[in-house]
Amino acid sequence: MIRRRVVLHFPHEQVDKPIVSRLVRDFEMDFNILKAQITPREEGLMVLELVGEESNFQRCLRYLEEQKVTIQPLSQDVRRNEERCTHCGACTGICPTNALRLDRESMEVVFDDESCVACELCVRICPPRAMEIHY
Amino acid sequence: MAKTIAEINEKIREGRVVVVTAEEVIDLVEKEGAEAVAEKVDVITTGTFGPMCSSGAFLNLGHSKPRIKIHRAWLNGVPAYAGIAAVDLYIGATELPESDPLNEVFPGEFRYGGGHVIEDLVAGRRVRLEATAYGTDCYPNRRWERDISLEELPYAFLFNPRNCYQNYNVAVNLSDRVIYTYMGMLRPELGNANYCSAGQLSPLLNDPCFRTIGTGTRIFLGGGIGYVMGYGTQHNPEVPRTPRGAPRLPSGTLAVMGDLKGMSPRFLVGSSFLGYGCTLSVGLGIPIPVLDGEVARAAAVRDAELFAPVVDYSHDYPQGTGRVLGEVSYAQLKSGKIILEGKEVPTAPLSSYPRAREIAGILKRWIEEGSFLLTEPVELLPCPARDSSREGGGRG
Repeated sequence: MIRRRVVLHFPHEQVDKPIVSRLVRDFEMDFNILKAQITPREEGLMVLELVGEESNFQRCLRYLEEQKVTIQPLSQDVRRNEERCTHCGACTGICPTNALRLDRESMEVVFDDESCVACELCVRICPPRAMEIHY
Repeated sequence: MAKTIAEINEKIREGRVVVVTAEEVIDLVEKEGAEAVAEKVDVITTGTFGPMCSSGAFLNLGHSKPRIKIHRAWLNGVPAYAGIAAVDLYIGATELPESDPLNEVFPGEFRYGGGHVIEDLVAGRRVRLEATAYGTDCYPNRRWERDISLEELPYAFLFNPRNCYQNYNVAVNLSDRVIYTYMGMLRPELGNANYCSAGQLSPLLNDPCFRTIGTGTRIFLGGGIGYVMGYGTQHNPEVPRTPRGAPRLPSGTLAVMGDLKGMSPRFLVGSSFLGYGCTLSVGLGIPIPVLDGEVARAAAVRDAELFAPVVDYSHDYPQGTGRVLGEVSYAQLKSGKIILEGKEVPTAPLSSYPRAREIAGILKRWIEEGSFLLTEPVELLPCPARDSSREGGGRG
């Protein structure tokens, strides 16, 4: 069993088709929608957590690519600008998954992008605006 | 035996000064005692890095040809105060561009303001100046636009009327909705608690009754050299104190200044608070001369002995009721959770402890290298607790 988070970009012409439901039906994947939105240009963006067999996960990815869905691993999604981060810690109080937390020894902010669910709360909370979105 | 600042400076010049940070002195005093540490150690360095709204910079632009007496001015669209001499401006840290949507779409983002202008200048980036005037016989020019850089400005001073708060509130939210404050986003029903102090490293908590800090004290300011001008606005030393003199409420403040040209964008960072506004995060460090055991003992204070008041920012703070929900130590705050009204509440700082540590370390190095001499304050900051302890048979 594996658990992966992916960012899916649906092109305009695919937005109205049932695609994600087939991941369950045909590939026996469980999914958890972390975010879904349609942009002003009518492209779809979905952040999914997929749980299932590795081989099925790979088949999922192939299927999605055939449907012209672009796949991006989530770790590329929310990033920390290391130059701007002052390690104040303001983000650690609002991060819902503790992806941003304080190392109690150094009191530095640790960013564990594996635990990040891209809720983006930190992006607007960070006083020096060091957290950036890269879709 | 008591030491003088002149004797410490002699040691700095001779390269035999002993400097420790306010963190390092804690264990030292515990092991060896304050009197022994006072014999051995000459200077204790402190540091803090956090949002300090009462900050800004005086800029002198040099004269245009023909000359202008500026009436209104903007720097990257942010209004600067021009109600002083012809080409002098003051840019305040919390000033916002006139085009900013503010809180019209709540909560506003406040991405750029006066603090960011100051950071841009210090980082060496060019800033757009626009100025208008009504024209006089001696200053006929009515409009002036150009890109300015810190390097080309004849004079530029950071000039902050209130910095370096000695202790601060812990902010919580008792209401049933999310609120956006200068203490960050606060979740409803005690969802989180935000605090803002370096605690045991914080300059004024290490000299709680200002026995060494006063007008003229040379300090680390924004990565360069600055000076304490005197007590800051809202300086309030008459608050309840711990047995060792530390204030249990927000208390002393400093007015500080320094040449902007020697400063660094690592220690002057434009900051934005969602739904609130803009400000400047300032790095500040003060050297404490170890004149005697009493100074060493005070500076050996640890987070567990320093207490901050917990205040509700949904009602009590905005309405000015003065109610304090409770008191927690900085050790509890730094552990990541506190207990309030029987509930475990996660905590988060707004003040960077790693950068405070870095500042205390830099100041220590400057003094050890001999590039930073201590100054004798011409007047200590007002503090009745210090004066009364002296009248009661203390040292003169």
